[in-house]
Parts: sequence; structure tokens; C-alpha cells
Amino acid sequence: MLPGIPLFPEQASTLAPEVDNLYFFITAVTAFFALLVVVLVVVFAIKYRDKTGEKVGHPIHGSLPLEIGWSIIPFLVAMVIFVWATVVFFHIVRAPDQALEVYSTGKQWMWRFQHIDGQSEINELHVPVGRPVKITFTSEDVLHSLYFPAFRVKADAIPGRYSSLWFTATKTGEYHLFCAEYCGTAHSGMVGKVVVMEPDDYQAWLSGGGGLSLAARGEQLFQQLGCVGCHLGDGSGRGPSLAGKYGTEETLATGATVAIDDIYIRESILTPQMKLTAGYGPLMPTFQGLVTEEGVMSLIEYIKSLSSTAGPAAPTQASAPAPPPAASDNTGGPGE
Amino acid sequence: MTTTVLPRVNYLNVKHTVASWLLTKDHKRIGIMYLIVVSLAFLIGGIFAALIRVELTTPLGDLVSDDTYNKLFTMHGVAMVFFVLIPAVPAILGNFALPLMIGAKDVAFPKINLLSWYIFVIGFLFTIAAGILGGVDTGWTFYTPYSSVYSNSNVLLTGIGIFIAGFSSILTGLNFMVTIHRMRAPGMTWFRLPLFIWALYATSLVQILGTPVIAITVLMLAVERALGFGFFDPRLGGDPVLFQHLFWFYSHPAVYIMILPPMGAISEVIACFSRKSIFGYSFVAFSSLAIAVFGFLVWAHHLFVSGISPYSAMVFSFLSFAVAIPSAIKTFNWTATMYRGAIWWQAPMMWVFGFMGLFLIGGLTGLFLAALGLDVHLHDTYFVVAHFHYIMVGGAIMGYFAGLHYWWPKMTGKMYSNSAATLAALLVFVGFNLTFFPQFIVGYLGMPRRYHAYADEFQVLNVLSSAGASIMGVGYTLIACYLLYSFFKGKDAGPNPWRAVGLEWETQSPPIPENFTEQPIVTAAPYGYETRESNVG
Ligand code: HEC
Ligand SMILES: [Cu+2]
Ligand SMILES: [Cu+2]
Repeated sequence: MLPGIPLFPEQASTLAPEVDNLYFFITAVTAFFALLVVVLVVVFAIKYRDKTGEKVGHPIHGSLPLEIGWSIIPFLVAMVIFVWATVVFFHIVRAPDQALEVYSTGKQWMWRFQHIDGQSEINELHVPVGRPVKITFTSEDVLHSLYFPAFRVKADAIPGRYSSLWFTATKTGEYHLFCAEYCGTAHSGMVGKVVVMEPDDYQAWLSGGGGLSLAARGEQLFQQLGCVGCHLGDGSGRGPSLAGKYGTEETLATGATVAIDDIYIRESILTPQMKLTAGYGPLMPTFQGLVTEEGVMSLIEYIKSLSSTAGPAAPTQASAPAPPPAASDNTGGPGE
Repeated sequence: MTTTVLPRVNYLNVKHTVASWLLTKDHKRIGIMYLIVVSLAFLIGGIFAALIRVELTTPLGDLVSDDTYNKLFTMHGVAMVFFVLIPAVPAILGNFALPLMIGAKDVAFPKINLLSWYIFVIGFLFTIAAGILGGVDTGWTFYTPYSSVYSNSNVLLTGIGIFIAGFSSILTGLNFMVTIHRMRAPGMTWFRLPLFIWALYATSLVQILGTPVIAITVLMLAVERALGFGFFDPRLGGDPVLFQHLFWFYSHPAVYIMILPPMGAISEVIACFSRKSIFGYSFVAFSSLAIAVFGFLVWAHHLFVSGISPYSAMVFSFLSFAVAIPSAIKTFNWTATMYRGAIWWQAPMMWVFGFMGLFLIGGLTGLFLAALGLDVHLHDTYFVVAHFHYIMVGGAIMGYFAGLHYWWPKMTGKMYSNSAATLAALLVFVGFNLTFFPQFIVGYLGMPRRYHAYADEFQVLNVLSSAGASIMGVGYTLIACYLLYSFFKGKDAGPNPWRAVGLEWETQSPPIPENFTEQPIVTAAPYGYETRESNVG
């Protein structure tokens, strides 16, 4: 009748055993200290019990060596936990290169996942087993938190920012996907499942979906929204060429340099005046309200594809080396 | 030691009119008035908790609607945090005992003390009004932009209530601090102060420095919500995570407003019923100050998965481990105090035993959450819920009851039934563990907090929780029964039923309005149990 009483969550990612080992270690250490104190309290309470209330205790006022001992030893033990936990943490926050990228947005009260190849799904996420998957996500309204207990990872979805998390699933099957940050009425309904599949099944599932790839959809938007009118491939438009830009650095009008990544592109689209590119005026209009979070993600994916694929980016890249003499006004010291 | 015999005028029977209470400047009467309001808040918060636990016996959200459920846990948190845990020990026990324990006639500013009570009550009324007019559903943490933009509930009214009540806390802290500096009896040097006073001093520091921050934060929230200023809403150029920084800059130290005073009460009770000086007096005293100061440096451990940089997470994790050490020092010293004592198993000591067990688990599970790699999994799950209930209920409330049972004969002049009180302590202890221990497990399984409906496999553990909560409920009801009974029908307690050491026990019970017939003079360290002319255990 009952589905059984689980006492321990499924381990379904490469990170899960790391986190669990840390958990076991801390449990053992804290259980030791808890037992130590409880046993002492119980033993003292019984051994030194005085039913009359008439007696008085021995005049013992303290002991410096003991005080030092029970300050230093717990501190050292805590430091072992601290270092270990920090190492695990950096494994959790640093996604490996070449992870399979998935975009997601949370909104009251559902999760939408967008695969690069075009499939999108709601409250369900299909991923292949044995391959790192990196999810980049944001929120369209309030805070949410994307949580996969079986993988031991979560991160908050924050409106106006990108968060990311990654995992490599180790076991096929279906696992919970929860919203962990309270987000209003149907917070507890903002749940779903992640389906871990064999790579072949995953490929089959991917091709079954149809539809345009994310980058292709981005390209469409790029036309529809008129970006293409200013951002010409050869750099002759009113805005800078975006070809080959992703992953490089840009010099701003303020002289500062920024990495051109997802967040920078998102800001460029929604708040273009905030970080002006050196050599350009504040011409670009804001697209706030004109483009959804998913639209922004597809535009990013398109801009990314301009640098990674040889296809559309190739001709512009070929012409790119020519202009440098003209562009030498703002960068390029003698050491370059 | 002089003992005065009872039927003298005391602070309770000196005048009987309602006005004599509502206009009193007597710290003891004000303490009783807080006791009444806080007990009411505890009852209200408890009813919300009971409804939550009934709802959670089944995985489906079938008892109340999701919106109602969200309001229940929000108002449970608001009532318990701002109107029970924060005022309970300082405003009730502190108000009553602090001047007595340092040999003073009253606090430094008796009128301001009364004002604090009125401010508190006004804040409470606003919050109740928010509840009656439809409630509030943001969670007691009020995270933006949900609270500032999206919620359709009474956020403003609740915010105003909390804002107002905060000033009561600030004024009480100020009053206590000045009292401790200026009103100590002759001979009561700093290192002759009872540890409860040290704890109240450290708490006052946090109240004075921290509470203005929550006031400002609530104000910013209100201005954004009402007038559309963009502090936290990203569409207006604000930053939702900024709210979390500000909120926890107060609310983490507030944890110490809640736990330090009960820790102080524990020190008093443990010394009395072990018939011994506190082991390592100065370490216990200074650990309170250390907690108060370092408690301000750990707020971002609530934000490890909220998009702060991994390096700052590292720093806050380190500091969170460090702040655990003073609490560990206290626990070890309390344990050592019992060594070779003469332990008298009376009701207040039963609550201390309960406190020791529960606070220990609460503190140690804090290490799980301070550990970065583990917190990613545990954050916002029931593990956190269990952890802070072990600290706040297992620690703060058990400590409050230890203190209340200890000073009750002094406050009322009456003694309650020792066996009923022992039974209540046992019921609360067992019920508490049954309620919250399963939540550690269900949290590690991944059940998020604030869930109205949940996955089937979490049900058994939730049913255990609800069963435990009902046992706890019986325990708390029992306390109310025997304490009320003792107040009206109890045996006279006499000035010092515990044969305790301390100035408050040298005056009659209940004390006369001006506390002492003549100015007490202190000549020795506190807790001089061993130097008594009795046989050593
Ligand atoms: C009216 C012309 C115009 C339009 C339309 C326009 N942009 Fe821009 N864009 C600019 C200019 C000028 C800059 C450089 C100044 C700045 O940073 O705002 C720029 C900068 C950028 C940058 C930063 C590039 C860098 O190297 O720093 C990105 C990314 C970008 N735009 C994307 C877009 C996208 C996507 C669209 C369509 C949704 C778009 N732009 C529409 C004119 C335009
Ligand atoms: Cu949610
Ligand atoms: Cu905290």
C-alpha cells in the first residue's frame, strides 16, 4: 500500500556520491560529539543526583587547559569539514567544458526547458546519461529555485540574472525536479521530472521533436526585431558586428573590458545604454518588453553560433582582419 | 540571609485596578504584561502550526487551499519569530528578573519600559489586523520581488506591524544596557554579574545594532510596494538579492536575540540545581559577547545558492563554522558544571536536560548547512526547517521554559506541581523529537520547505511529524493548566524555594514593589553554592 519509506535519496549523478560522503562524514563527527555530551550529561545527572536538595557541589571553577582543548579541537574538526565541503562546492559550481547546454526559464508556476536542437518541454527535462549537462536559466517573475534532489544540485532562478547548474547523470530513470524557493500560490505544484535516457534513446527523442533549433529561432528573431539592420556581419552597420564576438572581450566606452558572455549579451539587449561599446553611440534601443526571456536565450544562442560554426560566420571573419588599422584608435598598445 | 514573611504588600497585590496595570512603571508588572501578550501570540502561532501539520498528513493539499496554506506558514513564522521568540526571554524574564538580580529598584528608564510594551502591543495589533483582513503569504522572510510586486496579500500591514514591534525591541535593549551599566548594586562588579545578565547585555547589543536594519529593509519594501521605487525589483533596476542581504543582516543576528537570553537562563538554572558555580564563568560570559559580535558576520550563509560569488560563499562558510565555536564552549562548560555537583532533579532542571539534548542537535546540524557543498542540496529543504526548529524551539523555547519554571515562584509567590511540570517537559521533549527528527530525513530526501502538497514517498515521515506535534501540543497545554492553577490555587512558594543563590532570592516572593527593603550589597562572586554551610555532595 505504502510506497515504502525511503530513508536515503537516490544517487543519480557524479556529484551525488561526493555530497553523500561529505554528509556521512559530518554525520559521524557530529554524532560523536552529540553522544559524548549526552552520555556525560546523563551520567552526571544520575551519578551526582541528590534527592534532598540539601547537599552542595564541589568547588570547581574551571580549567584553562580544558577550555583551550574544547575550543581548539572542535575548531580543527570544523576546519576539516570546511575545506572538504568547499572542495565539493567548487565541483558543483564549476561546470565542465563541453557540457550539453540547455536553457530554462522559471515562471509562476512552471519550468520551461529549451534544448539547443529546438525541442522545448514544460516541467519535464530529458537528458542523456553519462554526459555533463549544463542548464542556464532565469526567472520571468519572482524567485524560483531549480532543484534536482537525486543529483544533489540546486540554484535559484533570479529575475534579471542568469544562473546555472550542471550535473552528469549516472543512472537512467525518472527523478524529481522541484522548485525549492517559495514563489507564491502553486509553489508546491511547480514540480516535474527529469528523464535520464540512454544516449541513443536521447538522440531518438531529440529528433522526434522537430521544430527549429534554438539558434535558428534566434536568427529569425534577429531579423524580425531588426537587429540585423544595425549589426551587419562586416561591421559596416551602425552597431558593431557580432560575428566571432562570443567568448572574446569587448572594450567599453568607459575603457573597461568585459567578457562577452550570456549575461553581457542579455544586458546589451535589455539595457543597451548601461554598457556602451567603445566607439559607438547610444543608438541601440532597449528591447525590454519586446522579447521574452526565451527569445533572449535564442538570440544568445544565435550570436554564439556566429562564432562557433564555420557557416554564416566564415565570410565575416574573413573580412574581419582587414579593418584593424582603422580600429587602432582605442586599443592595441605597442605590446599587442 | 533575611527572609521576609509573605502577607506583606507585593507588586501584584499593591493595587488592583486595570489602570494600575496599564499605567504601571514597575518592571515586574511589565514583565507579566509581556507574558500575557507573548503567550497569546504563542497560542495563535501554535494554532497555525497545528493546521499546517494536519494538512501535511496527506501528500495532497486537501485540507486547505494552497493560498491558505501559504498564509498559515507565513503567519506561523511571523507570530513565532517577531512576537514570541524575540521578546520571550528578554521582555518577560529579563524585565522581571534583571533589576532584581543586580539589586536595583527598577530598570533605568521605567517609563520607556512601559512605552516599549505599548509599542509592542500596537505592532502586534497591526499584524493581527493583517491576519484578520486576509492574511499575508510571503513567508516570514518576505523575499522580493514576490513580496514587493507579486503578492496580493497584506504585506504592507504586516510590514508595519513588524516595523513598529522592532522599536519595542530596540528600546528594551537600550533600557537593559543602561540599567546594567548604571544600576548595579554596590559591590556588583562586572565579573560578579550572573550569566543571565551577561547574556542580556550581549542581546541588547544585537537588538540595538541589528533591529534598525530590519526596520529600514521593511521600509524599503513598503516604499517599493506602495510607490514603485526600484530597490529590489529588477524591472525597475533593483536587485532582488539585495533584499536577502539586508534581511539576513538583521535576521541572522536575530537568531542570537532569540537564543542568547535562554542560554543565560540555562546557566542560572544549571548552577542552582547542580549546587555549583558555573564551570568557566568568564568563558561562558565572553562567549555570549563573541556570539553577539561574530553573529553579524555570517548573514550570507543563507545565500549560498542565491547567486553570490563562490568566493564570498567561502568566506561566509568559514565564518559560520567559526561562530559555532562559542556555542560549543558554552555547551561543554554547562556539562562540566554538572561534574561533581549535587544535582537536584526539580522541574526547571528537567527543562535544562531537554534543552541540552535539543540545542546540541540544533547546533550540530548547523554544521551541515554551513558546509558549502552540502548546503547546495539541503538549502530550502525540510532539513533547514528541522535545524532551526531544534535551535528555536528546542533551544530557545526549552530555555524559556527552564527560566519560567525557575522564576515562576518568585514571580507569583506560588509553586506549581513538580510532577506535572516534569511530565510536561518529557512530553514536549519526546513530541518535539518525533516532530522534527523525521524532518532531517525528509529534508535530505529532498522535500522542499513551504510545500502544500508533496510527493507520496514523503508521507510516512510527515505523518510521524504530525503525530509528534500533537504530543507537543498536549505538553504545552499541560504547562498552561498547571501554571494557571498554581497562580490561583498553588501553595505558597516562600522567598527561596530552590534555596538558590542570587539577589532575586533574597527578597520576598512575590517581591515588594520597590524590590528590596534595603539596598543589597554584593560581596562575593555569583553562584556561591559551594561556600554554603551544608555538606558537600
Ligand atoms: C539602432 C541600431 C541597433 C539595433 C536595432 C540593435 N542594435 Fe545592438 N547595438 C547597437 C549599437 C550602436 C551598439 C554599440 C553600443 C552599445 O553597446 O549599446 C550595439 C551593441 C550590441 C551588442 C554588444 C556588442 C559588443 O560588441 O559590445 C549586442 C550583443 C547587441 N547590440 C545585440 C543586439 C540585438 C540582439 C539586437 C536585436 C534584438 C540589436 N542589438 C539591435 C545598435 C543596434
Ligand atoms: Cu517555487
Ligand atoms: Cu543565519
